[in-house]
Amino acid sequence: MTTSTSLPGSTPNAAPLLAPASGIPRGPDSRAPRGPNGKRGVSRSTSYSLGNLIVTIILSLGAIVMLGPLVWTFSTSLKTQDAIFALPPQWIPDPMVWENYLRVWSAGPLLSGIRNSLIVAGTVTVIGSVTSAVAAFAFAKLRMPFKNAIFLMLLAGLMIPFPTIMIPQFMVFAEIGWVDTLLPLIVPGLFGNIIMIFFLKQYLENVPDSIIEAAKLDGASYLQIFFRLIFPAIRPAMAAQFILWFMAVWNDYLAPIIYLNTPEKQTLQLVIASFNAQYASQTDYPLIMAASFIALLPVLIVFIIFQRQIIESVALTGGKG
Amino acid sequence: MSTEVHRSTPPSSTAQPLKPRRSLLHKREHKVALAFIAIPLLGFLLFTLYPLLYSVYASFTAWNGLAAPKFNGIDNYIKMWNDPYFAKAMWNTFFMMIGIPIGLVLSMALALGLNRKMRGTTFFRTVYYVPVISSIAAIAIMWQWAYNGDFGLVNQVLDIFGIQGPNWLANKDTVKPALIIMATWKGLGYSMLLYLAALQSVPRYLYEAAALDGAGTWAQFRHITLPMVRPVTFFLVVTSIIGGSQIFIEINIMTPLGGPEFSSASIVWYIWRQAFNNLQMGYASSMSIVLGLIIFVITVIQFRLNRRNQFSID
Repeated sequence: MTTSTSLPGSTPNAAPLLAPASGIPRGPDSRAPRGPNGKRGVSRSTSYSLGNLIVTIILSLGAIVMLGPLVWTFSTSLKTQDAIFALPPQWIPDPMVWENYLRVWSAGPLLSGIRNSLIVAGTVTVIGSVTSAVAAFAFAKLRMPFKNAIFLMLLAGLMIPFPTIMIPQFMVFAEIGWVDTLLPLIVPGLFGNIIMIFFLKQYLENVPDSIIEAAKLDGASYLQIFFRLIFPAIRPAMAAQFILWFMAVWNDYLAPIIYLNTPEKQTLQLVIASFNAQYASQTDYPLIMAASFIALLPVLIVFIIFQRQIIESVALTGGKG
Repeated sequence: MSTEVHRSTPPSSTAQPLKPRRSLLHKREHKVALAFIAIPLLGFLLFTLYPLLYSVYASFTAWNGLAAPKFNGIDNYIKMWNDPYFAKAMWNTFFMMIGIPIGLVLSMALALGLNRKMRGTTFFRTVYYVPVISSIAAIAIMWQWAYNGDFGLVNQVLDIFGIQGPNWLANKDTVKPALIIMATWKGLGYSMLLYLAALQSVPRYLYEAAALDGAGTWAQFRHITLPMVRPVTFFLVVTSIIGGSQIFIEINIMTPLGGPEFSSASIVWYIWRQAFNNLQMGYASSMSIVLGLIIFVITVIQFRLNRRNQFSID
């Protein structure tokens, strides 16, 4: 129980737990007559719609602030080098220079950056998810001495910030000659992700033990139980965690900047950062913005496709991309 | 949901006739369970615990990363105490955290707006969330351009209102506010989403009962909404402090040399620079241990406050 108070996932969920206790003294009759979307008085509906209008206007202004820099980036990426200095600024570039998006591929190792990022994020999340799911199954459903102590220890590891361990980690990988390869970014991830283990474990608590016991009596091995029963059950939870993890690895920067030096070996985030450093002095901002926009695009597309799952998962667990 | 979670699985079957056979089965189950958790456990030992212990050790050594570390007692910590750059980096890091309460108030207001029954809330939710999922490297590059003194978006917009904006990132007084604004912009959607989820789980009858008692909108917000979302506020404050204390990417990209007069250098930036540019691995380790301790203390405080908080609501 103590663990749940400190964990990201439990916090948003804690609110409903507190609700009945604080509500009861008010008297039970107040909750009876109205449904979940209890209707308010008719006389107030006009002021409500006026309120909605004002709120919508404020939210729209906010939305412009949120999207403005992104639109500005895209707009800049389509400009000529002269047009970026135009006053007043052009939101719609004239002329539109789509060639920037062709130029950008030969201006730096963008393609290898994408490939490296895909290799790292893909390998880590695919293998790491399986590792995590198997471990979550054991933590949630199998009996073992010291199981909870081990789980707590792994969770406590979350408190340790990466900067605190990065120096010895770097020295170890340097010793075995892995610096300037993708391996230091991949290998630790293959061992699983405690955040994913935590949420899958939580999810598995809702799967009744009886079906596992029944499968055991039928002579199923533990691996069979995992792949036939557990895996299908946790797939939706895994998918959401998988996406969040993929985006986190894709957007990672500190570990790659420590390990990768050769431009062709760098991940996409480093590639665009060196684009930024290299082309800013030539004021070739359209090129920088084109590269940045390309770097943003994959995650943006994934987000737009899976936004419901992502938003629900984040709202439920507090897990961050 | 989270209540049931940590009640460890009770030993279900009590009356089993075949005792020896069961314990054999149990042993087998123990082995399988160990095999299943072995990989994450090994990963923890290899990539977290061992480096942590080594970091603690290295913090008491003179170490350039090439030769073996040489024990030098608490020299690094004394050096840190007298290092004006370390103090400046610490100051900068914590100064930039004043964005946290601002972000929380804004995201709470947003969540209240989105919690209304009206059209377009899903659209707004998505829009506000876009910066959260975006790569911070790309965002930093964008904003660096947006903060350009002459042609940046920020000053162009200020110009509409007749304000002559500064060259944000090149001025020691504006570089931190610039970073704070950017971080708030990026993180807003995340806090908003968690607040929204919390708001939607506040039972309606609480408001109805309060309305019957004659409580106005403000009183309802003050005495129902705020206490009900307090766990989320706690969570956000703590994760924001932990995240904020490790701010690095924006600094590295937007002000590669730590900003004018070192005014945007953060603690992780300074650790990184000392370790990997100046090969002061021992000294950097000691700073990283201090950072780890700060984060540990914050987490423990949150533990305490949160636990007390759970009993003190209403």
